Amino acid sequence: MIPELGHFALILMLCLAVIQALVPLIGAARNDVALMRSARSLARAQFVLGAISIAALGYAFAYNDFSVRYVAEHSNSALPIVYRIAAVWGGHEGSMLLWVLMLSGWGMALSLFGGHLGMAFQARVLAVMGWVGSGFLSFLIFTSNPFERLLPAAFDGADLNPLLQDPALVIHPPMLYMGYVGFSVAFCFAIAALIEGRVDAAWARWARPWTLAAWASLTLGIGLGSWWAYYELGWGGWWFWDPVENASFMPWLAGTALLHSLAVTDKRGGFKHWTVLLAILTFALSLLGTFLVRSGVLNSVHAFATDPARGMFVLVLLGAVTGISLLLYAWRAPQLSGNTVFAFFSREALLMANNLLLLAALGTVMLGTLYPLALDAFGFGKISVGPPYFNTVFVPLMAPAIFLMAIGPLCRWRKAELPAVIHRLRWALGSGVALALITPMVTGHGSFWISLGLFLAGWLAVSLLGDLYARLLNQNGSWPVRIVRLPRAIYGMTLAHLGIAMFILGATLSGGYSHEIEQRMAPGDLVELGGYTFTFQGVTPVMGENYRAMEGRVLVSRNGQPVTELHPQKRRYLVQDRVMTEASIDAGMLRHLYVALGDEADPESNTGAWSLRLYYKPFVQWIWLGVLAMAAGGMLAATDRRYRVQRAAAKKSVTSNTRLASPLLEQVTSS
Amino acid sequence: MNRFMIPLFGFVALVVLLAVGLRLNPHEVPSPLIDKQAPAFSVPQLRDPQVQLSDRSLLGKVTLLNVWASWCGGCRHEHPLLVELAARHKLPIYGLDYKDESTNALAWLTQNGDPYTAIGFDALGKVGLDYGVYGVPETYLLDRHGVIRYKHTGPLSRDVLEDTLLPLIERLEHEPA
Amino acid sequence: MNRLNTAMAALCLSFCTAATAAFSDTALEARFKTLTSELRCLVCQNQTIADSNAALAIDLRNEVERMLQAGATDSAIVDYMVARYGDFVLYRPPVKSTTLLLWAAPALFLGVGLGGWLWLVRASRRTVTQELTAEEQTRAQSLLRERAQLHTEGHRA
Repeated sequence: MIPELGHFALILMLCLAVIQALVPLIGAARNDVALMRSARSLARAQFVLGAISIAALGYAFAYNDFSVRYVAEHSNSALPIVYRIAAVWGGHEGSMLLWVLMLSGWGMALSLFGGHLGMAFQARVLAVMGWVGSGFLSFLIFTSNPFERLLPAAFDGADLNPLLQDPALVIHPPMLYMGYVGFSVAFCFAIAALIEGRVDAAWARWARPWTLAAWASLTLGIGLGSWWAYYELGWGGWWFWDPVENASFMPWLAGTALLHSLAVTDKRGGFKHWTVLLAILTFALSLLGTFLVRSGVLNSVHAFATDPARGMFVLVLLGAVTGISLLLYAWRAPQLSGNTVFAFFSREALLMANNLLLLAALGTVMLGTLYPLALDAFGFGKISVGPPYFNTVFVPLMAPAIFLMAIGPLCRWRKAELPAVIHRLRWALGSGVALALITPMVTGHGSFWISLGLFLAGWLAVSLLGDLYARLLNQNGSWPVRIVRLPRAIYGMTLAHLGIAMFILGATLSGGYSHEIEQRMAPGDLVELGGYTFTFQGVTPVMGENYRAMEGRVLVSRNGQPVTELHPQKRRYLVQDRVMTEASIDAGMLRHLYVALGDEADPESNTGAWSLRLYYKPFVQWIWLGVLAMAAGGMLAATDRRYRVQRAAAKKSVTSNTRLASPLLEQVTSS
Repeated sequence: MNRFMIPLFGFVALVVLLAVGLRLNPHEVPSPLIDKQAPAFSVPQLRDPQVQLSDRSLLGKVTLLNVWASWCGGCRHEHPLLVELAARHKLPIYGLDYKDESTNALAWLTQNGDPYTAIGFDALGKVGLDYGVYGVPETYLLDRHGVIRYKHTGPLSRDVLEDTLLPLIERLEHEPA
Repeated sequence: MNRLNTAMAALCLSFCTAATAAFSDTALEARFKTLTSELRCLVCQNQTIADSNAALAIDLRNEVERMLQAGATDSAIVDYMVARYGDFVLYRPPVKSTTLLLWAAPALFLGVGLGGWLWLVRASRRTVTQELTAEEQTRAQSLLRERAQLHTEGHRA
């Protein structure tokens, strides 16, 4: 009964989504308050139904209801309960359910916190969300129903892919989807604004916190995925340029560009066309990602079990949502007025450069991801585009963007004084150069790319901290007062940008100074790596809840002092009879010591020797610390007071500031 | 027509590409050996290790070269089709036993039937490496000059046999020498 | 076919460190690492032959090692692979007529971006230099006053 309840809730949800797609629009057109108001209750009801639905699926998993096909395919009675629950999104159908739940969650948030948008606008935004929701709910119900029954019921389930049996499964997909789907808010804002034919600074101010929240979630989701791949796959890498990773990275790049473009639209009323286009593009790329992961057109590690019918459905959805939006854009965008005035050296110009560089990077990732598909489609044969390509082209594209990142926040809007900015950047420049020169000298190993990375990290970090200090100096009052008074958006921006510097530091140092060794080791054998001594103590069998493992014991010492003990495992999951490596990592701020257990070296002769892969990775932790800082910065900025200003006040400042007379006003204030 | 329509056109092109992409199989890797002379090899025969099987044995007639192994599940799956094809006496089918134990391989043939005119025994997979074998079973169709004209990776199916392989064999046999 | 893929994936995603190549020469070892980490395994199609534990990947690793020890150049080894498996095996696509666009694109995007940036900034600057008419002057003055007023109101609030 419970699964049917969940299924029924989904169907009801679809009905409500369809109503939400139509009624509020009519209400907004006729200025009918009751009809417009209905959007809010519809959005909330949808979230409740979505929650009921996913709870029903969770119940079926928790109580091992193998008469539900999806449960039978993705769970097993021996699976630990936490993974049985997380297995709800361990496959295609359930993860789509999570997708629509997230969408309804954002819808509910809009209905609760979007009161300041004004009734008509809020109604239109929610109506657009209703369209998107109807599409995805139809996809879920008609092609990917997670509640489909299996008759006769399976005696036991086929088990969750052991690769997914990891604590990260609990949190990684929800964060990632929260980000993907969160960009639908900015998208709906853009479409509603195009329908109204009005894009102004207030609009951008409303859109900013939502976009920030979605961006922060996506950042965290991608970071978690990277961390997961790092320790689970046992290859020591943290980014593989796999098509599915690229699929999540593309909306991230577009979303990052959108955030910065929104800043200009908010503060200066400029870049309107561009911002609206980016809002559409970002969500379209989220949908493209969904298509790439679920259609099987690309060769990927992470892809779900694929089905061309589903692929076609998502493609039609992607085509309809994005096609209609771009058509609307082509029709309405020419009517959006707004050219701002700024100099070659100004914050606007630098933000525009940032946007163009991000888009160039995005274009490159997209081309590299889809190029093999295109060649194949044109009958030019099969090629592979992998990490060597992306690493070669991506760093030169991003380096100038990072370089400008240190300058942008120091520049005034409209027109900045180059000599003054250069003067303020002298410490940053010095620190960057020092870091780039001294590190290779101290370590005795260097390259152009290592020095470039170190320079950028030092340059960026010192510039940001200096800028923060200068901003605090500019405030009035005592230091505690100044610290409290400085807007959270500033702290958020600084923290997120510092996150980039940390990330670059981690990626550069771990890339340039890592050591790895693959070694056949008998009990008692020693290996020296990165100044540490690893002693293999042999393996012992271990029993897990649903796996049997051989656990190695590796003692690590440095200069004769014991440092830690590592226990890498080679697990055999019993239900699917699959072997997984479970790397053991001693994670320090300054280095990771990483050991993965391979195979028994000579099983016949019983020497107890195994092959091991050992890594010494300096500063690799900073990659994820940086990601964490970016996400935290985004969240912090999203809660800035400025975004919670009521509509009336916002409207006033907009009319006076930008909308009516920005070009005029600027000329006068500047003269 | 204005510049705001550019994104729309770009997007339409992308959707067309993706729609075409849905019909393609990203896992299939076409062999660069098609229309090239089959790589030379010389290995002992499975049934009689004193005698060698070489690429020269395949010259002068249209032949099928089937790479298989007793450990390979897909081979068992396609085997009845090969037995059936051999019974029709369309063309000689040569086998290449890939990275196998000869006792297992012989037992396997006894059990499943032996459609092969002769079988090369590629114990270390060296010949397989030269032929770019990556997913046993694999089947190569060679013309009379020993040029590889077609390759199928994975188990043969009746569809592939009837719709692709047999018509192609027919055509190759009627090609002027 | 789906089941086959799943079975393949199962095989692919547990790494193994079989038969580590033993090089006496570190330069040779470095070349081995670079080469094997840029060649794509055909069985586990999302892994390099350095990472994959498929039998084929092990064979190919051994082949690379053998060729390196025999003094083969990197390009000879790459050619050897391409002759057997085609360009698919190269994670770094070769530069040729069909991949020209791929390799040129980043520079092209950058160029278009730079051009667009220059054009937009210049376009914006042109507006600055326009003189105001007298009528516009008065309107601007009144707007300024209005804004100042709002500003003080804002502070009071």
